[in-house]
Amino acid sequence: MADLGRAALVVSFGLALYALVVGGFAAHLNRRRLADSARNALVACFFSTVVASAVLASALLRHDFSFSYVAAHTNRTLPSIYALTAFWGGQEGSLLLWLLVLTGYGALAVALNRRLLRDLVAWVVPVLGGIATFFSFMLVAVASPFNVQTAPVDGAGLTPSLQNPYMVAHPPMLYLGYVGLSIPFAFAAGAMLSGRTDERWIVATRRWTLAAWTFLGFGQLLGAHWAYVEVGWGGYYAWDPVENAALMPWLAATAFLHSVMIQERKGMLKVWNMVLVALAFELSIFGTFLTRSGVVNSIHSFAQSSVGGWFLGFVVVSSVFSVALILWRLPLLQARTKLESALSREATFLYNNLLLVALCLTILWGVLFPIVTELVKGESRTIGRPYYDFFLRAFGLPLLLLMGIGPLIAWRRTSVRALARSIAWPIAAALTTGVVLIVAGAGSSRPGLIAYSFSAFVIAAIVVELVRGTRATGSLFRLIGRNRRRYGGYIVHFAIVLLAIGVAGSSAYGTNVERHLSPGQSTTVGAYHLTYEGVDPIRNDPNRTGQYAVLHVSGPWSGTLRTGNVTYTGFDETDNDVGIKTDWLRAQDLYVIADFQQRSNVVFFNVLVKPLVNLIWAAGIVFLLGAVVAMWPDAREQRRLVLRLAPARA
Amino acid sequence: MSALAIVLAVAIAAAAVLIVCLPFLREPVAEDDRLDAPTEEDERRLTLAEERDRALGALKELEFDHRTGKVGDEEYRELVGPLRQSAAEALRALDRAQGDEP
Repeated sequence: MADLGRAALVVSFGLALYALVVGGFAAHLNRRRLADSARNALVACFFSTVVASAVLASALLRHDFSFSYVAAHTNRTLPSIYALTAFWGGQEGSLLLWLLVLTGYGALAVALNRRLLRDLVAWVVPVLGGIATFFSFMLVAVASPFNVQTAPVDGAGLTPSLQNPYMVAHPPMLYLGYVGLSIPFAFAAGAMLSGRTDERWIVATRRWTLAAWTFLGFGQLLGAHWAYVEVGWGGYYAWDPVENAALMPWLAATAFLHSVMIQERKGMLKVWNMVLVALAFELSIFGTFLTRSGVVNSIHSFAQSSVGGWFLGFVVVSSVFSVALILWRLPLLQARTKLESALSREATFLYNNLLLVALCLTILWGVLFPIVTELVKGESRTIGRPYYDFFLRAFGLPLLLLMGIGPLIAWRRTSVRALARSIAWPIAAALTTGVVLIVAGAGSSRPGLIAYSFSAFVIAAIVVELVRGTRATGSLFRLIGRNRRRYGGYIVHFAIVLLAIGVAGSSAYGTNVERHLSPGQSTTVGAYHLTYEGVDPIRNDPNRTGQYAVLHVSGPWSGTLRTGNVTYTGFDETDNDVGIKTDWLRAQDLYVIADFQQRSNVVFFNVLVKPLVNLIWAAGIVFLLGAVVAMWPDAREQRRLVLRLAPARA
Repeated sequence: MSALAIVLAVAIAAAAVLIVCLPFLREPVAEDDRLDAPTEEDERRLTLAEERDRALGALKELEFDHRTGKVGDEEYRELVGPLRQSAAEALRALDRAQGDEP
């Protein structure tokens, strides 16, 4: 069946190329049937990619080791669910997932907008076709998942750290985010190519951008939780280049989601919005390059090969294309209005944008630094955690503060007196929080203290805004229903506050104790008392061998905790399987890592108490809720937009 | 390559060709094969409609900001006049443009 998969990919490549070349020709020459034909090619490209994906998924589930990819990434003892996750566990499968999501998104986006925005879609098709051509070419000519061999008795197995329930959802979620950013990029490029830079491309892609941003954000939180429970070092974000690769496009997309509101309301920042859309897309491709090329050392680079050069070439070509398009259409992108006051909602959005992009670019510099030093000095120098932590504080804390100030400021302009009246309660909340924390003895960490005070400020600002809005409209539900995007955004702001509290709490106020213990010995960490009871080896598991240390815990929680070392079949490396007990009331974790000593019954334990860490995961749920509220279709707005676009269709 | 794989591959390719050719099979000869792109007139109306929506939106925002205390009475009085005027101008301009329709 590998031949069928290969044939389907060749068809996908042909269809994508057709959408690019014929679609561009049809849009340029204003040919309707030819443009429809190119659009159909893009839709058909999705279906042929589905066939190729089904062939690979079937081979993975059947353990068909005549497929080189299946033999390299699975073995017979691998549970079916992880055999399926091997689809994105390797280079070729990941590329196929990229193409599948891209063509699926693309087919849906052009199908949904084909009547209302026919002239724009005619230019969107060749742009999406161009991106799909690159990925299908890679799959056909450079990294095919359908290479065959004489089937070995068993396969090599899946990288152990990928054998985790979070890895079932985390990579596809990130791909839905990365690839989703292609849709606003394609519509923005289509708008510039067609010379119709009105708001239609923004209206058409608003929910696509929000969806991609949501997937990317939630996917990163899933990844952080995976790192926390699986990698076994007690943290959740290490400023690893591949982690940063997902954060950068998310930051650019966050900036775009804010600045696009200024374009919608004031007709300003058209060039800036085009730059942000292009930046988010280029960073998503650059992220894939980082993950796949092996140019940087990362625990997340599960697949490394020669595709890096191709990706770098694609990033360069698409960046040049984007910059050239923006420069070409600069006259059409000029704003006709100006910022009226530095104390206005649009001004706070602008400050927010500058901080987000500054944070994004400093992270980019941190990621590029080892590559640049390698090229210039011949030795790779890595930038460490202090660099990132410094800039996170330098840009992140003002951003947090702006999240509270922004909603309290009116559009156009606000007087200092009105602003002072609006922020009185939030300032009181922030000062009270700071004083209470200092009195309670939590003033040891200045960044932690500032983060908590600012968080209190933002929460109070959201409450003030909701209370005043409810008074003005008479009902909270009516208030939210009238402007779901705004209030969905406030829920997302609340999620970011939870995240900030969780990060500050777990990093600034955590406890860490390291002990060597023999069976029967005890140690105390914070309010917990732990007694090492003995070893429990893994039995009757064909996929894993290893042993667990059993600990009896008493304190805020009483019971048994298991933590151990595990070796997966076919792999030499030993992984930590950490023991975690969550105290939901305090939102804190007792986190234990065990390291068995050879030829000794003594075990080395690293015990961490991580206060408020669970607020980070709770933030993910709140973030999703806010995103859904913001994305929820608004019938009144839809009617208004259809009415506005009606003359353009006439 | 197995016979089944060949048959399936040919079927995929044939289906793809059929889907791509569909617009020409449905409409072998087209009376008007141009994309229904907006004319200059349409684009002007679209721009005016955007301006109308922006002006009305700004007025609505100002009312809401005033009711929620973000804008004081004095500022409100200063801002509301020009905004109402620009909204009225945008509505009139759009009406004129739609009145010009053939």
